[in-house]
Amino acid sequence: MNFMNTFRLALRALSRNKMRSALTMLGIIIGVGAVIAVVSIGQGAQYLVQQGIQAMGTNAVYIAAGSGRPGGVRMGYGGVKTLTVDDMNAIVQGIPLIQDAAPAVNARDQVVYENQNWNTSITGTSPVYFKIRNWSIQEGSVFSDQEVDLAANVCVIGTTVAKILFVGQNPVGKTIRIGNLPFRVDGVLESKGQNVMGQDQDDAIFAPYTTVQRKIVGITWLQYIMASAISQQASVAAVGPITSLLRERHRIRSGEDNDFFVRTQSDIAELANQTQSVMTMLLGGIASVSLLVGGIGIMNIMLVSVTERTREIGVRMAVGATESDVQRQFLVEAVTLSMMGGAIGILVGLISSAIISNLLSWPTIISGKAILAAAIFSGAVGIFFGYYPARKAAKLDPMEALRYE
Amino acid sequence: MPDQNATPPENRSPLAGSTPLIHLESIYKTYDLGEIQVQALRGITLEVRVGEFVAVMGPSGSGKSTVMNILGCLDRPTKGRYFLEGIDVSHMSKVELARIRNRKLGFVFQQFNLLSRTSALENVELPTVYAGIGPEERSRRAMESLTRVGLADRAGHHPSQLSGGQQQRVAIARALVNRPSILLADEPTGNLDSRTSVEIMEILQTLNDEQGLTIVMVTHEQDISEYTKRTIEFRDGKVRRDSMVQKRLIARDVLKTLPTAEEQAAEDAEENARTETVSGVDAKP
Repeated sequence: MNFMNTFRLALRALSRNKMRSALTMLGIIIGVGAVIAVVSIGQGAQYLVQQGIQAMGTNAVYIAAGSGRPGGVRMGYGGVKTLTVDDMNAIVQGIPLIQDAAPAVNARDQVVYENQNWNTSITGTSPVYFKIRNWSIQEGSVFSDQEVDLAANVCVIGTTVAKILFVGQNPVGKTIRIGNLPFRVDGVLESKGQNVMGQDQDDAIFAPYTTVQRKIVGITWLQYIMASAISQQASVAAVGPITSLLRERHRIRSGEDNDFFVRTQSDIAELANQTQSVMTMLLGGIASVSLLVGGIGIMNIMLVSVTERTREIGVRMAVGATESDVQRQFLVEAVTLSMMGGAIGILVGLISSAIISNLLSWPTIISGKAILAAAIFSGAVGIFFGYYPARKAAKLDPMEALRYE
Repeated sequence: MPDQNATPPENRSPLAGSTPLIHLESIYKTYDLGEIQVQALRGITLEVRVGEFVAVMGPSGSGKSTVMNILGCLDRPTKGRYFLEGIDVSHMSKVELARIRNRKLGFVFQQFNLLSRTSALENVELPTVYAGIGPEERSRRAMESLTRVGLADRAGHHPSQLSGGQQQRVAIARALVNRPSILLADEPTGNLDSRTSVEIMEILQTLNDEQGLTIVMVTHEQDISEYTKRTIEFRDGKVRRDSMVQKRLIARDVLKTLPTAEEQAAEDAEENARTETVSGVDAKP
């Protein structure tokens, strides 16, 4: 009884009840189709993100306080108090690769204008921040260095905040309330849209860091420093010197972790990529659950099939089928079902990802690995879930099977 | 008092002297059902020679099904030995027994047991599949077997498209496709009307007389047993009687006396017309 024989027999047996075979395969088709579609779309998203990041190509270097271990306690971002404006000045003066640097302090607060209110992020920084981030003002102007020195209650707002609070009016010159404090709006920033993490960059307010430090948050340190290098290569090359400088200034001994971290734009891109990757895998994992369900469906139907075909199994044994012949037959039937379902599922997955990418104008990347994995998985599902019914069939007693009603 | 389980000398077949095809020696079969033990066979010794046509009879619980299961290598005796073509098969492994069933035995059942939604040809091919024969050879042998039972023109039909008699003939063709020496039939006419039953007996008699096929058949119908040559009666797990059939019926001759299907239909129509008039119902034209 060679394999080709068994395979052909399995197909004949399955075609005897086409409707049932088709319905059983449906579970696998949906499972595999979902996984392929999700992975293709996810990879397309990743590609888009990468493209976007490549297009930006800035020289930004981002230095944040935190993920260090001062005194042995792990502090997350923002909990560390050692990053200061003096650090920032030292970096600009001491590292020629770095061109500009701006300090940053974060807060979040309720913002009110007349009868509109909104909860948004308030970032305290200096005017050079906007140069570093290549962010122009579309109305009015940025606050000045003098206003920083004076810790003036002034700010610039993003277009989302402007739309929500000022509904059609010109915000420049008006006074809004941040928390309990009045702030005069000096300008409105141009629209930047979403960042690679999917956050709305226009939903933000910027004010002098001195004001935010003293009057809103009540701290003297910084949460991060935004710097720019003289070139993209320089931004990568600057990471080392910045790290050494800060370690020295913060008196961190060798062997101890940094109480800050330094990221270049490419680091951020890599992070975004990884995050996307995890998301894709997570969704793929969830879609795989339906594959599992499909497998259970196969086992279910095979068990019903074995019971229904008890007499047939008895006859096969009577005319000379051994236990292993019967087991092999039913196992191959199960695997045939699952692999055919897998093949159709792959097709369905490819077609639906093509349709979705058309609708979203989003590229979908067909992963050869995913297809191979889907094929192997559907085979494995067939073997795993087909084993028990096949065993049951093989263990039937031929005499009783022949007498079965 | 002679041993009631031995075949009396005057009842041995004319081929006596050659090795018997089937030789059961002191066969016991006990079923263990937990608390109780059922002794289905209590010391059976018998022989069947080449060319015999044996009817196995007895009430339910007599052991006739058990002995058929053992003869068919579907079950092993608890005690005793079973020689098939001179070889002791009583303690062979399941795989070896499967091989023997495939090569040396043919089975025909009361309920035909054909695969539904499958052509007659493919049904007949089934034993050849497990004999490891290639597809072309399988079809050829199956066609040959179907021709032997006169159903070559129905090779492509599915069981649902065949009458009971035709289905049983397909089953016989299947039983014979690997050219076994013995045909084991379990109430082959049980699901058939009287005329079709005789047609099937005609086929079996032809196979037995002209082609020397040895047949062992279980039946509970006395008149069907009269088409065979020898009757073995079982009772309470023992052989009660083992005798040659005295006035053997020849199916071909009996068929000539029975009305054909068309004649039967015409008779029934007449009968219906008569009863309607008698009961006072207006006979409609």
